[in-house]
Amino acid sequence: METQAFQRIYTKIEQLTKATCTVRATGVGNEELALVHGRLGQVVKIMEDEVTLQIFSGTEGIPTNAEVAFFGKPPTLQVGEALAGRFFNAYGQPIDGGPEVEGEEREIGGPSVNPVRRRQPSELITTGIAGIDLNNTLVTGQKIPFFADPDQPFNQVMAMVALRGQADKIILGGMGLTNDDYLFFKQVFENAGALHRIISFVNTTENPPVERLLVPDMALTAAEYFAVDKQEKVLVLLTDMTLYADALSIVSNRMDQIPSKDSMPGSLYSDLARLYEKAVQFDHGGSITIIAVTTLSGGDITHAIPDNTGYITEGQLFLRRDTEIGKVIVDPFRSLSRLKQLVIGKKTRPDHPQVMNAAVRLYADAANARTKLENGFDLTDYDERTLEFAREYSGRLLAIDVNIDTEEMLNVGWELFSKHFSKEEVAIRKDFVDKYWVE
Amino acid sequence: MSTSPNISATGKVTGIIANLVIVRFEGAVSQNEVCFIQHEDTALMAEVIKVQKGLAYVQAFESTRGLKIGADVTFRGHMLEATLGPGILSRNYDGLMHDLDTMTGVFLKRGEYTDALDSERKWDFNPVAKEGDTVIAGDWLGEVRENAVLHRIMAPFQMNGKYTLKSLAKAGAYRVNDTIAVLTDSDGRDVDVTMVQKWPIKQAIRAYQEKPRPFRLLETGVRTMDTLNPIVEGGTGFIPGPFGSGKTVMQHAISRQAEADVVVVAACGERANEVVELFTEFPELDDPWTGRKLMERTVIIANTSNMPVAAREASVYTAMTISEYYRSMGLKVLMLADSTSRWAQALREMSNRLEELPGPDAFPMDLSAIISNFYARAGIVYLNNGKTGSITFIGTVSPAGGNLKEPVTESTRKAARCFYALSQQRADSKRYPAIDPIDSYSKYLEYPELQQALNEQIAPDWVDRVNELKNILIRGKEAAEQINILGDDGVSIDYHMTYWRSEICDAVILQQDAFDDVDARTPIKRQKYMLYKVLDICNTGFSFESYEEVNPYFKRIINQLRQMNYSEFESDKFQEFEAGLEEIISERKAG
Ligand SMILES: Nc1ncnc2c1ncn2[C@@H]1O[C@H](COP(=O)(O)OP(=O)(O)O)[C@@H](O)[C@H]1O
Ligand SMILES: [Mg+2]
Repeated sequence: METQAFQRIYTKIEQLTKATCTVRATGVGNEELALVHGRLGQVVKIMEDEVTLQIFSGTEGIPTNAEVAFFGKPPTLQVGEALAGRFFNAYGQPIDGGPEVEGEEREIGGPSVNPVRRRQPSELITTGIAGIDLNNTLVTGQKIPFFADPDQPFNQVMAMVALRGQADKIILGGMGLTNDDYLFFKQVFENAGALHRIISFVNTTENPPVERLLVPDMALTAAEYFAVDKQEKVLVLLTDMTLYADALSIVSNRMDQIPSKDSMPGSLYSDLARLYEKAVQFDHGGSITIIAVTTLSGGDITHAIPDNTGYITEGQLFLRRDTEIGKVIVDPFRSLSRLKQLVIGKKTRPDHPQVMNAAVRLYADAANARTKLENGFDLTDYDERTLEFAREYSGRLLAIDVNIDTEEMLNVGWELFSKHFSKEEVAIRKDFVDKYWVE
Repeated sequence: MSTSPNISATGKVTGIIANLVIVRFEGAVSQNEVCFIQHEDTALMAEVIKVQKGLAYVQAFESTRGLKIGADVTFRGHMLEATLGPGILSRNYDGLMHDLDTMTGVFLKRGEYTDALDSERKWDFNPVAKEGDTVIAGDWLGEVRENAVLHRIMAPFQMNGKYTLKSLAKAGAYRVNDTIAVLTDSDGRDVDVTMVQKWPIKQAIRAYQEKPRPFRLLETGVRTMDTLNPIVEGGTGFIPGPFGSGKTVMQHAISRQAEADVVVVAACGERANEVVELFTEFPELDDPWTGRKLMERTVIIANTSNMPVAAREASVYTAMTISEYYRSMGLKVLMLADSTSRWAQALREMSNRLEELPGPDAFPMDLSAIISNFYARAGIVYLNNGKTGSITFIGTVSPAGGNLKEPVTESTRKAARCFYALSQQRADSKRYPAIDPIDSYSKYLEYPELQQALNEQIAPDWVDRVNELKNILIRGKEAAEQINILGDDGVSIDYHMTYWRSEICDAVILQQDAFDDVDARTPIKRQKYMLYKVLDICNTGFSFESYEEVNPYFKRIINQLRQMNYSEFESDKFQEFEAGLEEIISERKAG
C-alpha cells in the first residue's frame, strides 16, 4: 500500500510501546487505518489530538519522527467473484503471485445481522465421520470449534470436514499457521480439485502475531459477500483461534488494560462472540458456517480461551487418542453439537436420537468399568460386556478415519447393541426396538 | 424514538476509547442521562456513566467506528426509558426497546431507532374508573384487550400524591397516543393521560401497597423444579452452570410451560440462533394454559452477544421494567434472563475502561449490590386495589471455568432464593436436566405458608414425601461412594439396593427429556402420580440372592417407568407399561 496524495501526514510521535504508537494528529476517525513508517496500524484510542495506533507488525525501529499517513477509512477488503481460488495475507493482499482483486471495497468487521432476519438452521452437513454425524450432527449456519491438544490432527480433520461438507465456498482463515500446515491445506484442496472454491487469508508463524487480528474479519467479510450477495453456502475455517486470542492479549496488555482471567482482556467474550456470531443461515439459502480450532494447553478447558469459546459457540468437538484402539476419536462425552436436535430424527432416521444417547450411555458404563478395573475390583458380566462394546463402538464409529453414511452408522449401532446387550439394558423406546433390534 | 428532542445541554467529543466517549459539555447533565452523538448523518445513542472535571463520560450503545474529535453531542434531559403501553406483547425488541421487526435491512444499522409501539393501531378501550374518582399512580383507569390479557391503562407511575379524575374517554377505539383521561392534581393543574407512559428502566416501579412473602407454587412442568425444589409465584431463582450443561434448554422449557400470563425473555449477550429458535417456534407452539399461541404472551428482548455491549446491560433493565408494568395490571409475569453473567461482564468492560479500582476478577466493586437490587425488583405484590400481581424471575449464570466460587455466582447466591446448580458431571453422562439434586435448593420449601399451600393443592402429605425423595437421593449417593471405595462385592446387597433406589428416582423423576413431546412437560397431577409410584417401589422389599442380580433387575424397572414417562398420561399405552411394571415388581417382592 502506497502513500497517496490526499492522505494527511503527521510526524510527531509522542509515545512508543511494543505494539502501539501515539501521534499528535487531528481529524482522525476511530478505527481508521494508517501507515506508520511503512507499516500498517489502526487507531484504537483518541484523546484530544493524541491518537494511539496499534501497529500490526510491531514497532521495532520506528523513530519518533516517522511519517504517519492516515487513510481516512478502517481496514477494507475488495470483494468479488475474483476472490475465489486466491490466497491472501492478513491485509487482504495477494500472496499467490496473482493480481490484486478488483471489486467493491467493503469495511471489514461490519455490523451484525438483525436477529429477526436470520432463519433457524436446519440443513444437515454430512461428513461421514460418525463421531460428528451420529453424535454431534452439524448444520449450516452453525459455529463450532475443535478443542484439541496441539499434537492432534485437527487441521487434517478440519480439511476433511470442509471437503466433504458440500459448501459452495470454503474460506480458510489461518492464524499463526506453520508454513507446513499452510502448504498442507493448499495441497489437500488442490488434490481434491477444490482450489477454485477456496479463498485463504493466512498469517503464518513467520508473520508478526498482531497481524492475526485482521484474519478472521477478512475471512468473514469475504464470507458475507458470498453468503449475502451471492446466496451461497459458505464454510469458514478458523485455525487457530487460541493464537488469535493470544494476539488480543498482547495488544490489550500494551494498552495497560486490566487483565481478567489468564491475562486475557476483560472483553474476550465480546471479542470472540463478534466473530463467531457471523455464522448465520438466511432465508434465501445463503449461509455462513464456522468451524474453528481452539488448541488447549494440557487439555485444560477451564482456561479463559476455551471457556469463553464454549460459552459462545454451538458446541465443541473434542479430539482424543483412544489408547484402547490406538486411534484418534471424537470424544462422545465432552463433544456437543447444540444444533443437532434441529435435524436428528427429523432429517435423519427417527431412531437417531435414541440410538445416539443409548450408545453414549453404554460407553459411559464402560468407562466406569475401566475405572473399577484400574482400582483392582472384579468386573461383573455386564461390565465385561460394556468393555467389549466400547472397543467396537470406538473402532467402528468414533474413530475419525471412519467414513460411512448416517443410515449405516445407525445400523452399526443396533448391531452392537444387539450383540452385547439385552433390550432392557439398552432401554430404547419400544417401537424402535421392535423395528431395528437384530435378533 | 425521535419525538421532538428536548435538549438540556450540548457538548463536543474530546476522547474516544472503544465505546467510551468523553464529552466536554455546556449546561447541566445528569448521571445516566441519555445523549446523542452526531456522527456524519447519524445520531448515536449513549448514556452518561460518569462526570469528572467538567467532562462527561458516556457509553455509546453503538460502534464508534469513524467517530472524530469535535463531534456534536446533545443531552436529552431524561434517563434511559422504556415505552409502556398496549402492543408490547408478541414483540421482539433490542436491549433499548427498539422494535427489531420494523428495522430495515438484513444488518443492524447504527442509529436506526424504531418505535416500541405501533402508533397507528387502534385499541378498543373500556373505561373502568369514574369521573370524580380520586386516583394515585398505578390506579386502573380503563382497559384494552391485548391478546389473552386485559391490559389495564393506568394512571402514570410518575405521579406523586392524589389526583382527581376530571374526564375519562368513553368506550371506543383509540390510538395509544390519544388522550384517554385528564387528571387534576391538588393544585388544580390538569394532566393529560394517554395509553403510553415512559419509565426510567433503572428505577423500580413502586405502584403497589406491599410485597408479601411468596406463598403459591408456580408450576413449570419441570419435575426437578416443581417436585424437588419449587419456584413460587413472585419468587427468584438462578441457574448457574458451565457451558453445555443445559441452562438455556431449561429456561426455554420454563418459558414454554410455566403457568404465567406474560413471559418476558431477556436474551442477554448469548447466541443469536437461540433467540431465532424462540422467534421461529413460539408463534407455532401452544400455551398449555390457554391454548393460544405462545408468542401471544411473550415479549423477547434480544441483545445477543454480537450486539452492542453497552445495550446488554440495559436489556435486563428494559425487560424488568416491562415485567413491572404488566405486574401492575394484576398479572402473573415470568421473567427470564440468559445470561446475567454477560450483563456483569458488560459492567466489567466499562468499569475497566473507566479505570475504576477493580474488585475480584476485575468486576466492579459494587457488583453484589447491583445484582441484589435487580433481584429485589421481582416479587408478588398487593396492588392498590388489593389484587395481586407477580414477577417471578429466573436468571442463568455462566461461571468462568465452571467454577461456582466466582463473583457473579456468589453475588447471585445472596440475592436469589432458588438455586438450580447444573453439574458438568451429570451433563456429561447425559442426565438431563443436569440439575444437581443434592446441591440445589429452594428456600421457599421451608416457608410454612408454601408448605401448607402445597399440601392443600397437591396432597396432604406432599412436603413429607418430597423430603423422603430427597433422603433417598442422598443415601443413594453415599451408597455409591461406599461401593466405589469397597467394590461391588465389598458391601452388602443393601448398599446396592439403596443405590438403585436412588437411581430409580434419578431416572424417572429427575431426568426429563426436554425434546420429547410428552416427557418435556409434566403437569403437577402427573408429577404426584409418578412420585408416589416411585416412592412405593422404593419402600418395597425385594429379595436377591447376589448383588449381581440387583443391577439388571432395577434396570428393567427403570426401563418400564421411563416408557411410562414417554407415554400420554393414563393412556392405554401408559397403563400397559404400568401393568408390565407391576409384573416385574411381583417377581421379587419380598414377603
Ligand atoms: N433437558 C434436556 N434434555 C435433552 N437434552 C438436553 C437437555 N438439557 C440440555 N440438553 C443438551 O445440552 C445441550 C446444551 O444445553 P444448553 O441449554 O444450550 O446449555 P448452556 O446454556 O448451559 O450452555 C443442548 O443442546 C442439548 O443437546
Ligand atoms: Mg446457554
